[in-house]
Amino acid sequence: MLADLAAYLGDGTNWAGSTGILNRLVEHVGYSALALLVGAVIAVPLGLAIGHTGRGEGIIVGLANTMRALPSLGLMTFLVLLMSSTLIPPITALVALAVPPLLAGVYAGIANVDRSVVDAARAMGMTEWQILLRVELPNALPLIVGGLRGATLQVVATATIAAFVNLGGLGRYIFDGLALYDYTRVLLGALLVTALALVLDGLLALVVKLVQPGTGRMTVRDTGLQAAIDDRAPAAPTA
Amino acid sequence: MITFDHVTKRFPDGTVGVDDLSLEIEQGSFTVFVGPSGCGKTTSMRMINRMIDPTEGTITVGGRDISTVRPTELRLGIGYVIQNAGLMPHRTVVDNVATVLVLQGVTKRKARITALEAMERVGLDLRMATRYPAQLSGGQQQRVGVARALAADPPVLLMDEPFSAVDPVVRDDLQREMLRLQSELSKTIVFVTHDIDEAIRLGDRVAVFGTGGVLQQLDTAEAVLTRPANPFVTNLVGRDRGFRSLSFQSATQVPVHDVETLPLAGLGSAPALAPHAWALVVDGDRRPVGWLNATRQALVGERGEAALAPLGSLSTPSRTLRQSLDAVLSSPSERGVVVDDDGALLGVVEANDVLAALSAQRGSTTDDAGVLGATATQDALS
Amino acid sequence: MNLWGIRNWEAVQPLLVQHLYLSVVPTLIGVVVAIPIGLLLRDRRRARTVAVVLSSAIFTIPSLALFVVLPLLLGTRVLDPINVVVALTLYTVALSVRTTFEALDAVPAATREAATAVGYSSWRRATAVDLPLAIPVLTAGTRVVAVTNVSMVSVGAVIGIGGLGQLFTTGYQRDFPEQILTGLVLILLVAIVFDRIIALVGRAFTPWIRGASLRASERRLRALAQALPEVGRLREVVSGAR
Repeated sequence: MLADLAAYLGDGTNWAGSTGILNRLVEHVGYSALALLVGAVIAVPLGLAIGHTGRGEGIIVGLANTMRALPSLGLMTFLVLLMSSTLIPPITALVALAVPPLLAGVYAGIANVDRSVVDAARAMGMTEWQILLRVELPNALPLIVGGLRGATLQVVATATIAAFVNLGGLGRYIFDGLALYDYTRVLLGALLVTALALVLDGLLALVVKLVQPGTGRMTVRDTGLQAAIDDRAPAAPTA
Repeated sequence: MITFDHVTKRFPDGTVGVDDLSLEIEQGSFTVFVGPSGCGKTTSMRMINRMIDPTEGTITVGGRDISTVRPTELRLGIGYVIQNAGLMPHRTVVDNVATVLVLQGVTKRKARITALEAMERVGLDLRMATRYPAQLSGGQQQRVGVARALAADPPVLLMDEPFSAVDPVVRDDLQREMLRLQSELSKTIVFVTHDIDEAIRLGDRVAVFGTGGVLQQLDTAEAVLTRPANPFVTNLVGRDRGFRSLSFQSATQVPVHDVETLPLAGLGSAPALAPHAWALVVDGDRRPVGWLNATRQALVGERGEAALAPLGSLSTPSRTLRQSLDAVLSSPSERGVVVDDDGALLGVVEANDVLAALSAQRGSTTDDAGVLGATATQDALS
Repeated sequence: MNLWGIRNWEAVQPLLVQHLYLSVVPTLIGVVVAIPIGLLLRDRRRARTVAVVLSSAIFTIPSLALFVVLPLLLGTRVLDPINVVVALTLYTVALSVRTTFEALDAVPAATREAATAVGYSSWRRATAVDLPLAIPVLTAGTRVVAVTNVSMVSVGAVIGIGGLGQLFTTGYQRDFPEQILTGLVLILLVAIVFDRIIALVGRAFTPWIRGASLRASERRLRALAQALPEVGRLREVVSGAR
């Protein structure tokens, strides 16, 4: 069976074309990206507002838990029957999946910024917007990207189910394989979607590391500033 | 008895925590390890119950080389009190105090009975028994920590900066309690602090540690103050050491005078005071409450008890010169209030008498060097 | 619940039972397996890192993929419910091991240190100090896992073993939204009930959080005085406190 799988993957013709692996991959990533984008448009402003003002935290926790319990397959099939569109129902279900982790990440990121830092910024005369954008946001980035990572994982995994309501994506291989009793094809789908999830998760884990504040990994070296520092402080004698 | 024999502790990163430490801690003594942070005082203490194992050298407790004793067995025989008490947040006070007994295999019921006794011994209200640590104040938690260490009646007590995190008033209370307990129980106590005042107040022997884990001086508290072994100790003891050494000089020869008192109860109807006179206001149990003069008396009708001037610090009959001087200096009437052990008024000491006693003492304290044996390891002085 | 579900209760009930079985069993097994792993590995740096990486990798595998690949690894039939049980147990272990690490890390270092210093052996400290103090975080983590499991079971419906999720697949094929709605409502109800039960269990095991009122400690004091009649002072204090 694994030999069949290898043979399938090795055959270049299986990669090209509208039903080829590449196209399925693009479809899968496309649905996921669209759902994450819509999810972010909803979750980021909401999370920023709640994190900054500290109001509505209870709602967030309740909402996140309820939405976690909502089965995507049910939501998807229900919406398909109601609105006879192919794209909107699965995307809606994926958005519902993406919002709680995104919201939690943004909210927790902002809320976890040391209050004394925020107070200091306010005391220096920053406006609330400046505090949010220049102080809270940069410090919140690791948790925000962490939320994105969690959301991506769930959305990519669940986008597989979109094929159940006759959409494309990597789930196609699983559902077609199940219908045709072609287990090799089922395995192919499972393998590809797992690989995609692992790669995306690894990439985002890397981004989380990059956006840690104070590590300077994101900053471009300011040569002018460095020169000014060097001028003022002659190299320390090595004793 | 606890002995350190050429004990060195090197950490994996190469820093030396304790450098060739040799010292003896006598049975029943109250020994304080004092020094700046990073001087090895805590490391030295933690080697006694094997929280840290030495790199070189031998430590014995009661004649046994502790490296041959299982750590848990060793620790169950050594009471341990740490900063912030380190109580188990999920256990009630009585069960916290019973911890060591239960670990020793005593039944829970018996352990609780003994724990309640230990609570009373350290002055804890038994009503606290079924509270959780979070429901106690910092000072009460610290008392529970002491009760836990004492409950199993271990011969040795280790105390790691136990009173550093509580406010000065509570700390003073706890220190006094500790001295009282020690006079009753005669444990071998090793006490770590960075506060030289605390060290001098509590310790009958003080071990001064310097940077790099080198013992600088081991001596009586008075000797450390009056005859610091080297510039490091002089510096640690500080510029006030002359003043601090007054703590070791008795003030019993300073006469106690009577003082005009007014009862707190009938404060509003008391006769008017003369322009420059001060009267001491006392409550029903003759405990002093505050000072009053004519200016303040005029405010009594309006502000009641708040019109009183604060007492200043109080002195006790077994007082030291430092206490007496402090009482005089902090009193608005220039007379220091002396109370008995129950806090009832005995009288006042006057500034002139205290100063006279001071100059009398200065004449007699220069020739007592031989009395106090200095046993600091000499190779530590550099 | 809507009318369809009531009219067809005989058809729905076995699905509900299967759903409960498929979500509760993996949650329980998973947590019971994860806690000892967490306790054992928390202080072993390398093993702990391996466990964390492994559990993220497991959690990255999409559930549907795991459901269809497991028969190959276990030698089971594709339609065997055991595949779903094993898959969800794996997820639960993966998530709960990490939760256990976090929960144990949340125990104050000073408390652990103090426990060691007064003479706890390491295993006794793990069970008598670390574990109880980890309960609040463990409970929160378990609630998330449980609710996720309840929802995830329904994905199994596309391979024919999904408890109430089968209401989605058949409702979709029969073009019958009411049936799907029944499934959604029941799953939400199951999730909420499961979540509440775990929260209550967590509360029951953390009396120091629940009973931190003065009233509760007075109550415990009276009980203590009754249990230890030989401590006369305690009786006095209790009668004085009334």
